[in-house]
This record gives sequence, C-alpha cells and structure tokens, in this order.
Amino acid sequence: MLELEIDGKSLQVPEGSTVIEAAHAAGIYIPHFCYHKKLSIAANCRMCLVQVEKAPKPMPACATPVANGMKVFTHSELAVKAQKDVMEFLLINHPLDCPICDQGGECQLQDLAVGYGGTAARFQEEKRVVTNKNLGSLVATDMTRCINCTRCVRFTQEIAGLMELGQAFRGDRAEIMTFVERTIDSEISGNIIDLCPVGALTSKPFRFAARTWELSRRKSVSPHDALGSNLVVQVLHNQVKRVLPLENEAINECWLSDKERFSYEGLNSQGDNGRLVKPMVKQGGAWKEVDWNVALDYAAHALRDVAKNQGADALGALVSPHATLEEMALAGKLLRGLGSDNIDFRLRQSDFSLDGQRNGTPWLGMKIADISALDRVLVVGSFLRKDHPLIAQRLRQSAKKGAQISVLHATADDLYIKLFAQAIAAPAQLPALLAEVVKAVAHAKNATLGAEFEKVGSGETAQKIAASLVAGQSAGILLGNLAQQHPQAATLQRLAQQLANLLGAKFGFIGEAANSVGGHVAKACPQQGGRNAARLVAEPRKAYLVLGAEPELDCADGAAALAALKQAASVIVLSPFKSAAALEYADCLLPVSPFTETSGTFVNTEGRVQSFYAAAQPLGETRPAWKVLRVLGNLLEQAGFDYETSEQVRDDVLGGKPEFVAGLDNAVKAGALDLAASCSGIQRIADVPIHFADPLARRAPSLQATKDAAAPTARMNPALLAKLGIGDGQSVKVGAGGTALIAQLDAGVPEDCVRIAAAHAATVALGPLFGSLKVERA
Amino acid sequence: MLSEATLKNIDREVAKYPADQKQSAVMAALHFAQAEKGWLSRDLIGYVAQYLGMPEMAAYEVATFYNMYDLKPVGKYKITVCTNLPCALSGGVHAADYVKQKLGIDFNETTPDGKFTLKEGECMGACGDAPVMLVNNVHMRSFMTPEEIDKLIAECK
Amino acid sequence: MAILEAINPALTAGWHQPDAWHMDRDSGWRLKDYEARGGYQALKKVFTDKLSQDQVIAEVKASVLRGRGGAGFPTGLKWSFMPKGAPEKYIVCNTDEGEPGTFKDRDLMRLDPHAVIEGMIIAAFAVGAVRGYNYIHGEIYELYQRFEEALAEARAAGYLGNNILGSGFDFDLFAHQGYGAYICGEESALLESIEGKKGQPRFKPPFPAQVGLYGKPTTINNTETFASIPYILRQGGQAFLDLGKANNGGTKLFSVSGHVNKPGNYEVPMGTPFAKLLEMCGGMRGGRKLKAVIPGGSSAPVLPGHIMMDCTLDYDSIAKAGSMLGSGAVIVMDETVCMVKSLERLSWFYYEESCGQCTPCREGTGWLYKLIHRIEHGQGRPEDLDLLDDVAKKIMGRTICALGDAAALPVISFVKHFRSEFEYHIEHKQCLVPPDVQKAGSTFHTRLMAGATC
Ligand SMILES: Cc1cc2nc3c(=O)[nH]c(=O)nc-3n(C[C@H](O)[C@H](O)[C@H](O)COP(=O)(O)O)c2cc1C
Ligand code: SF4
Ligand code: FES
Repeated sequence: MLELEIDGKSLQVPEGSTVIEAAHAAGIYIPHFCYHKKLSIAANCRMCLVQVEKAPKPMPACATPVANGMKVFTHSELAVKAQKDVMEFLLINHPLDCPICDQGGECQLQDLAVGYGGTAARFQEEKRVVTNKNLGSLVATDMTRCINCTRCVRFTQEIAGLMELGQAFRGDRAEIMTFVERTIDSEISGNIIDLCPVGALTSKPFRFAARTWELSRRKSVSPHDALGSNLVVQVLHNQVKRVLPLENEAINECWLSDKERFSYEGLNSQGDNGRLVKPMVKQGGAWKEVDWNVALDYAAHALRDVAKNQGADALGALVSPHATLEEMALAGKLLRGLGSDNIDFRLRQSDFSLDGQRNGTPWLGMKIADISALDRVLVVGSFLRKDHPLIAQRLRQSAKKGAQISVLHATADDLYIKLFAQAIAAPAQLPALLAEVVKAVAHAKNATLGAEFEKVGSGETAQKIAASLVAGQSAGILLGNLAQQHPQAATLQRLAQQLANLLGAKFGFIGEAANSVGGHVAKACPQQGGRNAARLVAEPRKAYLVLGAEPELDCADGAAALAALKQAASVIVLSPFKSAAALEYADCLLPVSPFTETSGTFVNTEGRVQSFYAAAQPLGETRPAWKVLRVLGNLLEQAGFDYETSEQVRDDVLGGKPEFVAGLDNAVKAGALDLAASCSGIQRIADVPIHFADPLARRAPSLQATKDAAAPTARMNPALLAKLGIGDGQSVKVGAGGTALIAQLDAGVPEDCVRIAAAHAATVALGPLFGSLKVERA
Repeated sequence: MLSEATLKNIDREVAKYPADQKQSAVMAALHFAQAEKGWLSRDLIGYVAQYLGMPEMAAYEVATFYNMYDLKPVGKYKITVCTNLPCALSGGVHAADYVKQKLGIDFNETTPDGKFTLKEGECMGACGDAPVMLVNNVHMRSFMTPEEIDKLIAECK
Repeated sequence: MAILEAINPALTAGWHQPDAWHMDRDSGWRLKDYEARGGYQALKKVFTDKLSQDQVIAEVKASVLRGRGGAGFPTGLKWSFMPKGAPEKYIVCNTDEGEPGTFKDRDLMRLDPHAVIEGMIIAAFAVGAVRGYNYIHGEIYELYQRFEEALAEARAAGYLGNNILGSGFDFDLFAHQGYGAYICGEESALLESIEGKKGQPRFKPPFPAQVGLYGKPTTINNTETFASIPYILRQGGQAFLDLGKANNGGTKLFSVSGHVNKPGNYEVPMGTPFAKLLEMCGGMRGGRKLKAVIPGGSSAPVLPGHIMMDCTLDYDSIAKAGSMLGSGAVIVMDETVCMVKSLERLSWFYYEESCGQCTPCREGTGWLYKLIHRIEHGQGRPEDLDLLDDVAKKIMGRTICALGDAAALPVISFVKHFRSEFEYHIEHKQCLVPPDVQKAGSTFHTRLMAGATC
C-alpha cells in the first residue's frame, strides 16, 4: 500500500494506482475526458491536470502513478488554472451547439464547461469543421463536436477487439473515422455512444427523439442472452425511447451489446408483424378483435375442451426461454392443473437424454465474474462473439492478461480474442474431438478412462489444448449454445464433466436465453415424464399454448414446429407481437407485455435472481402475461392461482427472493458416451444470428439494418464449393424443399459442411439445426 | 496488387523486425507500394495492411500521419521545396516561387500533362544547402539556383 | 554540405571534403576508409581490454558527453538507467533530424556512417542490447540507403551479428526510414513509429529505459551522441571532456544557417565564443548587421544579436542568456529579416507538425498560427500580442511531449525581444523592414522574380 494526501486528505491506495484512481477512491472528483477506467491510459485531453508537490509542472492525474508520501492538490490555483486553460482550448473549435445536440444535458464537456469555461470567447478565428461519417444504422456522428479523446478508438481496439475506428491525419486535422467510409460492425459498438464524452457519437435510433431531462428512468434487466445485463430503460410519454447500461461489475460491467441496447425499437413496432395490442380470436377463418373476457373465455374453453375430449396429453405448451420466471411458473402450473406435463422452454435443444439424470439445475458452473479469473479456458460449441458478446469481451481481456483461451467448435469465426488454440470440426465430429482432449488430459494426469476411449486418438490441436489446460492454475470449460443444441449434447456434457473432474476445473453452460436457468427453476419443462420440446414438435398435439415464442423460428426444427401448430385444433398464443405465421396457425392471440411493461424475474446464467418492475404502462390492451395466466387459472377453476402480485409468484417459486437460486448443479449420473459421428453427407451448421435470436430483436429496424442481420447464405469452404462445382456468390438449392440461397465462400467452415443461419424466415423450411442437407447448383 | 519485386522489398523490411512485429514494416511497405503505384489508394493501403496482418485502420492512420505519403495521385515528378525559416533565409521561398512560375502551378497542384506536382516541404535537415528540393521523396537536390532548377526540370522528361 | 572548418576536431578529423553538389561522388565513408582513420579501434579495445559494461559506462560518464539531440542529458547516466539482466533490450539511434536549422546528423550519416554504427555497437554492449535500430529522417532516403550499405559492410566484417569479433557478444542493427513527421524526433514518438504506428509520443513515466521499443528497455541517443562514443573509448573520457569545458564535455557540431557567408557545419569545442563561430562562417552575408540568432534549433528562444555575441557555445552560457544550446543549430538573421514573418513560418511548422494527440498542442498551435498569420497580414489587433503570449504560456508545460514547449518558446521570445516590430505590424498593417530590404537578404537572385515579401 502507498500513502498519499489529496487535498489534505490522507489515504492509502494499492501499489500501481494512479492519482485519479486514488482520488476517485476517496470520492474526490478530478475533471477528465480521455480517462476511462476500462480503457488504456491516453492522457491526451489534459483536463485532469493537478498539482503535485515538488513537481514543477501540473501533472495529468490519469497517468501519474502514486508515489509514497505524494501530496496532490486538485483545486489549488495552479491546478485550476491548468484545468481552465485546457477547457478553453477544448472549446475554441467546438461548435457549442448544445441546444441542438442530443448529448445536451448529459454531456461531460457541457458540465465541465460550466465550471471551468471562461465567459468571453477569446478565440475569434474561424472554427474547424469536420465532416460527419456514416458508421451504420446505430451510431450517429457530429464529428465537429469531437474532442479527440480517442476513447472510441481505444474501445474498438481494446474492448471490441478489432480496431474499426482510428484517428487519421494529425494535428488539428486529426479525425476519428473508420477505414474510409466503412460502417462499424462490432456487436458491441453502441458502447462508444456512452463513452463519447461529447455529442460527437450519439444513438442513431434515439436521434432527436427526446431531450434527456424529459425521460423517466427505470432499472431493468436485459431479456436477451443469459448474462442478464442490467439496464436503465428511459421512457417518454409511455414509450421506451432509449436503453442504457446500468453498471454492474459482476455482470455486464459498464457495457451492453448492441442487441441489448437497441432491441427496444421492437417494443414500438407496428403493423402485421408488430405489436399485438388487442386480444383476437379467429372465427370461421377470420380474425376478430375481441374484449379480454371474450378472449380469455375462448382460451379457457379451448384448453379445457381438448383436455376433456382428447385427454390432457393432447395439450402442449411451448414457452419462450425469454419469458419471466413468473410467467414460466404459472404456465407450468396451468398445464399441470389441466393434467398435462407437456411443457418446455428449451426450444432449440434436441438431446433430452439427460432429463431425469441431473443432480440439479444446469448453469454456468461459476460466477460470471469468475470467468475473468480463469487462466485456462476451453469454450466448446459456441458462436461466442455473437451469442454472448460480453462474455467474449471478458475472455478477450483475460487473453490479454495472459490467460490461454482455446476453442472447440464447428466454425473458425474470428472471435477477436487472442486464442491459444482452435480445434474445428463438423458438428457430428465434435464429441469425438472433445474426447481427444479428454484422452490427452487423462494421459497427462495418468488417469484411466472408460472403454469408449480405447479407439480415441489425440490430434495435435487436442494435445495442445490438453497441455494448456493441464498447466493452468484455474481452468474452466464452457459449453456454448451449439453444444447445448447439439444432438449429442449429453455426450458433450459428460465429456466436459469428465474433463473438469480430471483437471479439477469448473465447467458449465453459457445460457442461451434470459431465463435458461429460470426455466428449470420455474419447472417450465417436464417433471413427470411429459413431452419435451422436441417431442412436442415431433408428436403433434391437439392444442398448444404458446408463450412468447415464435416456434417456427425459435425451435430446433422450425419446419416441424410449424407443421405441428398448423395441424392443431387450437393454438392459444400469448405474445407481445403479431406475426404472419401466428395469424395462420393460431386461433386466439392474447397481447401480453414485453419485459418493459411487466414486473418479473430473470435468473441469469450464474443463477442470480434479478427482478424488475415495469418501465412503462402496457401498450393498448396488452396485459402482463403472469396476470393473463392467473386469470386463465381462475377461469379453469384451478387452485393456487390467487396471486395479487408477480412478487408473490416469484416468492412462491423461490421461497422468497434469494440472491442466487438454490439447486444449481451441473453433475449428471454416469452414462454411456456416444462418440460416433451420426451424420453423413453435407452437414448443416446452423448459427442463430445475433439479431434473429428472439422475437424482440427481430423487430428492431436499426438492428435489422446491421451487417449482422444480413440475409442467410450457404457458407461452404473452397473445397466443397469446388466439389459441387459452385462458385462464390452463385445461387444454390438447399435441402429437400430446394430452398434458394446464395453460396458464400467461407474458409472457416469445416469440410463437407454448409453453414446456414437459422431463426430466419428464409431458412425455416430447412428443418433441424443439425443433420445433413443436400446442396446443389440452382 | 503489387509486383513481386515490391513484395520482395517489403519482405526484406519485415525481416528487420522481431517475428511478431510485422507491423513495424508498414512505413517501408507503404513507401514501396507508393513507389510502384505512384500514390496510395484506399485499396492499396488495405492490401498492405492485410499483407502485414494489421488492422486496415491502423495502416490508414500511418498513411495519413506521415507527410510523404500521397493519398491522391501526383505527377510523375513530385518536387518538394523546403520553405522553412532557415531555408527561407537563404532563398527557399524564392526558389519555390521560381518553380511555380516555371511550371505554372501552385503548391499542391499538378501540371496539366501530369508530369510535375509541387509540394511545400518542412525542414529536410539540409538547411545549410538551401534552397533544397526533394524529388519523388528520394533524391535531394542542394543549392537550387535558378540554373539548377532549370536543369532539374529539363532532366525530368 | 560538409564540415567547413573545425577546431580540435574529435568527430570529423580525417573526413573527406566532398563535392557539395554531388552526393554520389562522395568518398571516404566506406568501411576501409573508416578503418584507415582508426575506425572500430574503440570497439576492438572494449573487447581486447575486456572492459565490463560498467567500465564502458564509467568512461562515457567521465567524458561528460551530453546528448546531442537537444535536451543535453548526460549520456553515461542515461545508459546506467537500463535494467541489468533483462533478456530483450534495444538501442535506438535518433537520426530523425527535422528540427529547423539542424543538419549535422545528415553530414555524419553522409561522411561517417560507420562512426555511428561503432558508437551504437559499443552502446549496445554497455547496456546489453540485442538489437538496434537507426531511425532515419524520411527526406534523406539516399543516406538511408547508404547506411544500409554500411551496415552490410559492418556485418560482413564481423562487427555486427553473432559473436562480434569473437567476443561472444551478439548484436544486430537495422535502419528504419521515417516518412515526414517532425514529431518522430521525439524519442517516444520515434519508438511508436518503429512499431509501425503513428508517431504519437507516449506519456512518461514510464521512460524508455523501463518500457521502450516493443515494451522492452531501450536506450535512445542522437546520431552525434553515438558518433562521439568511439573517440571517448579510444582516447578516454577525460580526453573528451578536456576538449570542452566543465559540465560540457567535448567538441560539438554546429549547424549554421541563414545570413552568414558560409552556412554549414562546424566542429568546435564546447565553450567556443559565438563570435568565433561567426568568424569561421565568414561573417555576416553582405556585411550586414546581425539582428537575431536562434542558437539551438528553431525550438530554442530567439536571442537578439548583441546578447548572442556575448555568449559562448555551451549549455550553460546560452541557458544563462535565456535560450538553449539544443541541437547546436544556429540560425543567423540579419537586419533584412521581418520577425513577424519569420515567426509566422515557424508557428506554421509547429501547427503543421503537432501530432494532434493532446489538447493544448493540437488546439494551441493552430491558435498561435492563426493569430500571427493575422498580424502578418495586416489584421492584427492591439490585444493580440498579450493573447499570443498567454496562449503560448498555456501550452507550455501542459503537453505530453516537448513539442508544446517547442511551439511556445519561439512565440514568447519573438514577442518579448521584438515586440516593437510586432506592434508596428499591427498599427501600420505592414512591415517595419521595407520589402526591398527584405529581398536583399535572400541569396536566391533572379531577373524574373519580384520576390515575395510582406
Ligand atoms: C518535438 C521534438 C523533436 C525532437 N527531434 C529530435 C531529433 O530530430 N533528433 C534528436 O536526436 N532528438 C530529437 N529530440 C530529442 C529526443 O526526444 C531525445 O531527447 C534525444 O533523441 C535523446 O538523445 P540524446 O540524449 O543523445 O540527445 C526531439 C524532441 C522533441 C520534443
Ligand atoms: S505536445 Fe503536440 S506533438 Fe506532443 S504529444 Fe501533444 S499533440 Fe502530440
Ligand atoms: S483524463 Fe488525464 S489527460 Fe485526459
């Protein structure tokens, strides 16, 4: 520890601290622009100049290391003079256009100018003008306002991992830009809006939508991936106008992915694919808007009739993994009240053989923050950068600090992480590949393995990964979305578990959706041998309750899901949105609240219970889904549906409001491994593109205008293209139905595989996420 | 995009630096690329960046930071005249004026036949030789009297 | 140009006098010539006498050699800051000579590249560096090529590479070409530039001796500093010190430009009177009166002629007079000079060359230039002079690197010493020095030209 004195206050700080860190720790504010605790130190704005005893010149607090016995004065005459002088320089070329600037009211320059700016402008020369840049659909620019603090540049380099922005030219001609008119394509690009201390980078979707001081703010929780990022939802006239990160070092730090930041646009979507604002019932093939009591009566009758006439087993419920804990719990209760256990939220999963074999609820296997402490990581089956942008970000930082990150996956996408090793194989070969790593580790540890491993060799990459894992102090194995969706998911999990045991490592799942853990806790999956998601689709039921999901896009086999729903006698959909598909297969549409219009709870991938309140009133006649389900329960005369608040539901499920849910445990009972590659021909690799992963993101126009939302193509490596006689960019016919797609050369796709995105209308007809597909020239 | 000879030159530069520091050769690589193509187009900068395995934007920063890279086409002969104070004291500005008059162009202009581009330079570290001129970034000419300037322009045919 | 005259030369003794116009006819720079005048003897001595690293550093300390790049930091002391034992260390030579008025390193590189190489090898040995780079000013490409040839000669002769002269010491040296950025003369910008980035200076601490090139301990010295090393090791540190005066060891190259009869480089002992140097230069051109001198490169404060005439050429004397010896670039101005126009050109230079990184320099250099430009063009206001002084002082001491000070000092000193000339400009919207007088100062005479003046 070092001792120093700031403004007469004595304090102790750890070795290596800078003056600004010490000051912040002591609650002393030092004005600054370029300094940001998550970014490297640039010391270029010079706003943080302070007086240090014995130093002849003012020193930048952000870059000056604390020395023992140092005396710092942040408000001395020398310091304040230096700060004011810097402020004058910052303002001479600044347009001072606060009244028309979106940053107005939350601008660091504006705030500090009030305290440090002079009164009369002594600069009477012509001001510099900088041309604006088109950075894409998310970030708007007013580059004349830029003060060249380079926070945005450092963000793309250091946090997003690819230097998409730079400072070109020099002197006062310096300009922040992309490589000549490129857009910014990072999936976490929106953070530069928060980082920009002036109004040079602002939110394009939010542009001129409101003045910041008019907005009301509510804390909330991201409804997308299972990180559970903390949000501030900002509302004007009962409409969500903006979403910002709420800093939580244990979860999202101070970041948000673009999906989390901009998906709110979907909340305000309109039209045939937009918000559903009135209950609707189909009568004689025609849709009619009806009152809630009519619609609820209809729904209750439909469910009761099928249960009574066809048996409760003819009922099924498909629940979105993005639904709240309360909604999931009540849906389960409702269905079981009707006598059916046919409910599932694990819609994209295809291997359910571990049901009944688990010791507890599958989860991350560690705290999110613990990921950053691992020195060896193996990520299995994950499109990590797009599936979990902020976890990728954490690992990126770890790699920089020397952690060895390895990946075992079906595509060689660039994660912008300095990887230690990357083992790539077709999906069907992944279990065998992981087994190679297990074998190599066992060899190093002198451990014996079961007979299944006899024929397993160990390739170079597997050995390299194994050696890395063995040499670490704290290793972790993370199973991603693809591993969880995999037809041999049970084998992958068993192998990961074995690996973890051999290494004394942690292992777990990076949850796919906001409530991937919560769904288990809420029992929104079969508890007494009911039909799981795959069977609910493969073995069509007579009536379905669909909660928040769009099964044709959200299920492992969208085509089969669509067929099952279409043949059903009755489909009751609870959703915030309309869709062409639902209008076709459903007979009752009940408008329920998206996450901003209801209270509820998400349990994130580390098992953390995060409850939130509504940020806005429900739109139109929308009602919170938990209330709708409660009324349905009442109408069906079921017991235990007398909840007054969502909190009561939650407390009922969790026994109060613990910080973390109980019963988290990834261990499964011993069982056979299935290492055989079960697929021949051309294998499909199906990624779920980041902005198609859930109904809300799919409806955000600005997200849909990004590169990440490009139409699916058929991506193949050069060898396969050559074998099929197809050129890059040519049309191909794919699958039994001959879906038309454009072929795209992608050297990162393994041999004899075709990568085609799922969760998109254009590829629903292709069916399951895994398996073989015919590809031919069109 | 670049000739084998140029790539060989670049490879020779790369070899000067530690194996994991290929980016160190970017200045030289851009120099050779510019020497071959006359100027640095965006695509050329991108190509060089990819060749060296560095972000394109980082290469663009370099290309825009250093004065001697040309981001727009220039004449076959780029003449840079130092007009900084020490040179000006010994006729640097007047020499530039003479070239301007002779070629009928101002600084940062190119003759209509595409042969000459005139640039104003900063100190070339040759103030004792003033007036000094640099031809195509590589040849320095000292003591540029009117006669010497005439000779230079005559040579550039 | 070459070395025109010298007193007790340590660096330039034995140099060939080249043809001023034709670099390609230079001789005397090759390895065999260098060896013939005692070259690489110092390196051999280090190895045959089995000098330790500390002994070499002690010798350099004894010489009181102060860095010739501008700051005058004692070289031996700088070398002693290098951590012992780190496996990967670098030695870097700063030949990015771009400070207006300075042109001594160019002659060193032109006529004596092996002296620089030998000095660098000895330095590398002293600090334990494995690799070195010489960063060469972009505009002297021909000398970059020559240096590469010299490196090849040295490598072939076993002075570079593994196990140099059988000593077990490994070191290799490479040339890196700049491409037109004055700021890369600043040592940390230079390191960034070698790393293939923009030349934006780094904040210090940490200093290069801790975190330098590629993050490794690095020693950076000026070309002339390295070129002085062989003499010191050959003749002993004391002998070098004795050439100059206390606290100002050795001889030094002075680049004299401007209104003298024979502009060029002169090697004289530290402490030589300025008047002596002026005399060596053949006196003032056309016998005109000395008006002002910038004694240490354009960043050094200007001194009125009469003050300068009382100075001796060493760090202490010139500092006492209110300026800096800097790089030893002496810019001489006679009475035909307009100080406003001169300052306008200099402030344009600093505006143009500011790297753009830190606020006071990026914004301040532009402001200074715009103000002076206005005054020079007859649009000055009475309050502008105080504003100029104030803006310059607001830049000073607030920036990441010393370019901020370099841009401010000329402004402050020009306004201080020649205020009346600036006032005249503002009041009369024209120059105190009549146009034809100004024109007379230029050596460039032509029948065709009217000559540009204020
Ligand atoms: C703006 C600026 C430009 C500089 N230019 C040069 C230069 O061209 N050559 C040089 O040797 N040092 C230059 N320096 C000084 C270097 O930063 C450094 O002090 C020097 O190279 C150290 O070598 P020395 O100790 O041998 O003098 C410059 C410094 C600044 C701030
Ligand atoms: S003082 Fe000027 S040149 Fe130096 S770092 Fe700051 S902006 Fe760059
Ligand atoms: S915050 Fe310290 S210089 Fe910008």
